[in-house]
Amino acid sequence: MQPDTSAEDWPDQIYGLLKDHGIRQVALVPDAGHSRLIKRCLADNDIKVVTLTTEEEGIGMLFGAWLGGEKGVLLMQSSGVGNCINMLSVAIAHRTPLPMIVTMRGDYGEFNPFQVPMGNATQTVLEAMGTLVKRADSPEDIAPTVNATLRMAFNTYRPTATLIGQRVIGAKTFGK
Amino acid sequence: MAQLNSKIETGATGKLLRRTVVSALLEDRRGMLCIAGLGAPAWDITAAGDCPENLPLWGGMGGAAMMGLGLALAQPERRVLVITGDGEMLMGIGSLATIAVQRPKNLSIVVLDNEHYGETGMQETHTHHGVDLAAMARGAGIGDCRLVKTAEEVLALRQAIHAGAGPLFAQVKIDEQTLPLVLPPREASILQARMREAIMGKAAHLQ
Repeated sequence: MQPDTSAEDWPDQIYGLLKDHGIRQVALVPDAGHSRLIKRCLADNDIKVVTLTTEEEGIGMLFGAWLGGEKGVLLMQSSGVGNCINMLSVAIAHRTPLPMIVTMRGDYGEFNPFQVPMGNATQTVLEAMGTLVKRADSPEDIAPTVNATLRMAFNTYRPTATLIGQRVIGAKTFGK
Repeated sequence: MAQLNSKIETGATGKLLRRTVVSALLEDRRGMLCIAGLGAPAWDITAAGDCPENLPLWGGMGGAAMMGLGLALAQPERRVLVITGDGEMLMGIGSLATIAVQRPKNLSIVVLDNEHYGETGMQETHTHHGVDLAAMARGAGIGDCRLVKTAEEVLALRQAIHAGAGPLFAQVKIDEQTLPLVLPPREASILQARMREAIMGKAAHLQ
């Protein structure tokens, strides 16, 4: 993919990558950082967007999608990674692709104390469960990193994740 | 529908015998794909006859129904049947809401409800204390939700599964008797690859 847009258009660049990779199922628990990408996916009739009650549902769903020959991706916030830990064993034991795109909270200038423990542990927890993790902390790094995450998942059959840093997304300030 | 070879039986308690229910649901399955939750449901579908269209789970507790959803969305022309236990369904109960919103016509979820955690010492689950899974599925918005207690109701369930007017949810009250293990292959990469090949042929391995 050759992005011809500015670095701030990274959600549109991710959408373009999902199309390039033939993604047909997008599982998500919403995060503000993913809102523009979610809108693009919802407007696409070739992508089935499934909102989940908890992020671990997405791991089961994308395993089922792969069984049926469809590629999928899981979008979530860093807190949701904690809801996925045991379910990651499904993709590891079956050796199936599981790309995840995670927007970080509790990472860089966080306001909410509850976001910090999981935000601080997100990469460690994913790696402890056998996931290949790459970080993107500037807008121009996001598309190449997501591309690598998708390629490594579908070419090498394992869970992979891009963590999009809070430095890119901005910290929610609650008016303070 | 042709006469079944499987005989649907009840035990000393008067409740349905799980393996006779599963055999009846899987007989003459016409390409139907089946995902079974970990523990006894995985042994049950294996006892009915291990085959590539079966995906018996060894883990991922709470995920069986959602796996069924992903598969049903990917293969809308195939029937997809999830057979799981009451404990496994309770752990992933929110997935009923997710599935209801998606409305996959080709997905059926059958819970074999013995009201106990069978693999860990027969501790009681919430269904033993009156939690009504079929009502919860109905409340989520799944159109066809059934409580199944008799052989006749199992036959009607079988017809509904094949009719493809889902999503469908059935809570089947079964005898709690523990049966001899019938273990499927444990190498899970084989389990997924054989199902993918059954659906897509050898091309599955070049995707």
